[in-house]
Amino acid sequence: MSEQALPMARQRLAIAEPTAWERLVTNRNWLGFWFMMPAAAILILFLAYPLFLGVWLSFTDTRIGRDGVFIGLENYEWLSDDSIFLQSIFNTVLYTTVASIVKFALGLYLALLLNERVPFKAIVRSIVLIPFIVPTVLSALAFWWIYDTQFSIISWSLKQLGLLDTNIDFLGNPFNARVSVIIANIWRGVPFVAITLLAGLQTVSPSLYEAATLDGATRWQIFRYITYPLLTPIIAVVMTFSVLFTFTDFQLIWVLTRGGPVNATHLMATLSYQRAILGGRLGEGAAIATSMIPFLVVAIMVSFYGLQKRKWQQGENND
Amino acid sequence: MTDTSLKATNNDDHSVGMDYLEKLSSRLVTLYLPLGIIMVSLLFPFYWMALTAIKPDDQLLDFARVNPFWTTAPTFKHIYKLLFESQYPLWLWNTMYVAVCATMLSIIASVMAAYSIVRLRYKGAQLVGMLIFLAYLVPPSILFIPLASVIYSYGLFDSPLALILVYPTILIPFSTWLLMGYFKSIPYELEECALIDGATRWQILTRIVLPLAIPGLISAFIFSFTLCWNEFIYALTFLSSNENKTIPVAIVNEFVDGDIYRWGSLMAGALMGSLPLVILYAFFVEHYVSAMTGAVKE
Repeated sequence: MSEQALPMARQRLAIAEPTAWERLVTNRNWLGFWFMMPAAAILILFLAYPLFLGVWLSFTDTRIGRDGVFIGLENYEWLSDDSIFLQSIFNTVLYTTVASIVKFALGLYLALLLNERVPFKAIVRSIVLIPFIVPTVLSALAFWWIYDTQFSIISWSLKQLGLLDTNIDFLGNPFNARVSVIIANIWRGVPFVAITLLAGLQTVSPSLYEAATLDGATRWQIFRYITYPLLTPIIAVVMTFSVLFTFTDFQLIWVLTRGGPVNATHLMATLSYQRAILGGRLGEGAAIATSMIPFLVVAIMVSFYGLQKRKWQQGENND
Repeated sequence: MTDTSLKATNNDDHSVGMDYLEKLSSRLVTLYLPLGIIMVSLLFPFYWMALTAIKPDDQLLDFARVNPFWTTAPTFKHIYKLLFESQYPLWLWNTMYVAVCATMLSIIASVMAAYSIVRLRYKGAQLVGMLIFLAYLVPPSILFIPLASVIYSYGLFDSPLALILVYPTILIPFSTWLLMGYFKSIPYELEECALIDGATRWQILTRIVLPLAIPGLISAFIFSFTLCWNEFIYALTFLSSNENKTIPVAIVNEFVDGDIYRWGSLMAGALMGSLPLVILYAFFVEHYVSAMTGAVKE
């Protein structure tokens, strides 16, 4: 369609001698270049360049206030013997796996519930999203108070119900602390998964459900053979984002435990902050941050696969 | 006529049949009960936050005499202290200033980028679109260390300008993808007419495309604003002086002390830090939902 406009422009230019300015405003490549300028400048200066700088820093012994020298893989060699770093990888993988699986299960369940006929659906849906809207650190503070050692409301309620004699030490021992931060993360993440999956569910044509019901399909069969396959592409994308943000989580841990007790909840992001910014060893911190990249690449591949599949399913030739 | 009426009755029968299968009692157990439990667990932390913020000190930790789930003597002491005896107004101003500037900057850049990718279709536009999507997937947690040294070498350390320039790296990829979707849905014929009438690309963008994409712009704007408000790790790393901090960083760093009654003022801080966003959200729920789902669906 756009090709029709071009010959006309060319004809006009052939009559009036094309000036540099005219060429600029009609040549789509030039124009595209100028239109891309602001976004490209910001993304190159503050995203692409730091990304490479981070990888470079990880091969140096840079400290705050002192330029580093290239030391090859020394940071990585040092880290591979560092039990705290290895533990942070384990923590991050555990945190991401458990939280993502539960977020997916609960989110899908909530989306299916919200897809039913519910009174005041719009209000219910907007309430569900509130944990996603409120700044994470501030809701984490509320969780910190809920998880208080002495005055936790959960311990108090359980004691009132007679299920418990002593307070739960939520953030004091490694196992409890891990469970507690994972629960807080799930609480924060479920609304996002649920609302996006709900949007996907609403695009499934009701006639498919009708046809299946007429054929005598059970509720489980309807879910398994209609809803789930049609939802797979959007699930892939949503879960990639969810995994990505859980894997690189920083805020929640920083407020709740700062990586403690005995590094049981240190994620790679919090450890790199501690080493690089608080400890001043930028090179080592950058090496920890760079170690996250391979994991992220895997997540992106999954997302890409999901997107491709979606296009294919829609039968849409993406111009 | 008979055909359509038959269809209609079939449909009616069908839906009545479904209702018959689901009695109220079973709906209660399979739908309302789980939904209720989930809603309560999602909202409880906020209730607890708000309740703690208005409890007087003597009821704050005394669960034995007073039922902790309610308060008999609400007080605005903590909120008053926050608003008039702390630097909260300044932090609020910083946050608003950074969020509005970064959002405006990103929206302008994203509109131009999205328009040129979707409609100018210059050479390599597809590739650029893909790269921008990849930029969306680069998380702040792996960028903050090198960015700290970049910011430092540009002399922007401890300045709100650092955040205004850095936040767009999160916002531009998101808004560009969202706006690309909106721009694609605008009929190309409108632009063709304008081209034939001699309008320049810039005129087409500002007079035709943008007015039609206003819902998308609002979505991108408020969602970006929320993301800025929410951002923590960059603000924590790049800002050091108290009077430059944004709300999340300030409340986490300034209000956490050893005082046993600190919870009142801490929760007041968390409440007042979230309230502006929740109010904004209440007005634009639909835009939030379309921003969230739109960027994912594209």
